[in-house]
Amino acid sequence: MKNSAGRIVFVIAMLIALASSARSQTISDAYKGNIYQPGKLKPTDSVLKVRIGDQAPDFSLPSVTGEKVSLHQYRDKKNVVLSFVPAAWTPVCSDQWPGYNIIKGVFDEHESVLLGITVDNIPTLFAWTNQMGQLWFPVLSDFWPHGGVAAKYGILRSDGVTERALFVIDKNGILRYIDVHDINKRPPLENLVRELEKIGK
Amino acid sequence: MKAGGFILRYGVLCILFVFALMNPGAIIAQTLQKGGQLPSIVLPIPKSAEEKAYLGLSGSGTFKIPQIKADVVLVEIFSMYCPYCQKDAPGINELYDLIQKNPDLRDKIKVIGIGAGNSTFEVETFKKTFNVSFPLFPDQDYVIHQACGEVRTPYFIGVKIQKDKSHQIFLSQQGGFPGAPSFFEQILKESGLK
Repeated sequence: MKNSAGRIVFVIAMLIALASSARSQTISDAYKGNIYQPGKLKPTDSVLKVRIGDQAPDFSLPSVTGEKVSLHQYRDKKNVVLSFVPAAWTPVCSDQWPGYNIIKGVFDEHESVLLGITVDNIPTLFAWTNQMGQLWFPVLSDFWPHGGVAAKYGILRSDGVTERALFVIDKNGILRYIDVHDINKRPPLENLVRELEKIGK
Repeated sequence: MKAGGFILRYGVLCILFVFALMNPGAIIAQTLQKGGQLPSIVLPIPKSAEEKAYLGLSGSGTFKIPQIKADVVLVEIFSMYCPYCQKDAPGINELYDLIQKNPDLRDKIKVIGIGAGNSTFEVETFKKTFNVSFPLFPDQDYVIHQACGEVRTPYFIGVKIQKDKSHQIFLSQQGGFPGAPSFFEQILKESGLK
């Protein structure tokens, strides 16, 4: 009886420890100590508004380099991959786009472009993406109206950030692949490459 | 009174345990300390005959780093997604070449990489993109990364292996790759090979 309280404390501590250790992720030294740890989040928190086979909702957003980028400008020219990541300066997001940055050849081979999108404002995106090296793809800000494009696609979470989501859109503007991923995990690269191979055929 | 002491004792132990798990730095201090030993790192024996020969391994299954036929093993914990790992990749290749071109050292020093959170496909993508010649291993489920205290990448671990296959960490360094010639000198000096 006298040991029961201690055992309860011990069990609770073990459960907390296990929960904490289950959310392992790498953080590049490139970001030094500047990555905010949001903890484990609800895997998804929105209701998707588009389906495979739908016309992808058009948009125009400002990019970090200054120009506006619209989805329709790629019509009949390139397949488009939209990579929404939840927020700058967070763990998984910071280690996602740098991976895409070394496979430009794969995108080129399949006549595809990548557009990276978050709901952060341009100055934040500028500072954050500068840590990733020279990115070859446009980084777009869906800051204002806040999360407007994410809301059109149905991936704006209740706390104002987006899901971690990938959309593959063909040259006709049709959605060919959707992956609204667990926000706590990075989508495996092979899944995206497989879809690019399919669309490039 | 006795029950209170028990609760206090267990409570403090539990809090320390949780703190250690939630603060990787505290774990690093214990697991990757110079003079210490490696945590449990189990790797698959490569399928490639060339990589098997390089590591002095045979057959299939798994192996542990001290089984590598070498006096010194440099382990880089990297990620395909890590900008600094990408930036350092040509320099690490140069380091590997410096070792391989030295007839007195090529059999004594081996280099391997472990891709934290990377799938086999992602590790192969990194290998192909940067023409990496030494063996790279995936750690898709972060098992090794966690055992190493969730270090930031890249992280370099130098391991000295004795004839009896006991081992000791002589280098434990987060980032800060100083370039191939300097790092080569540092490894030789700190491992005692020079």
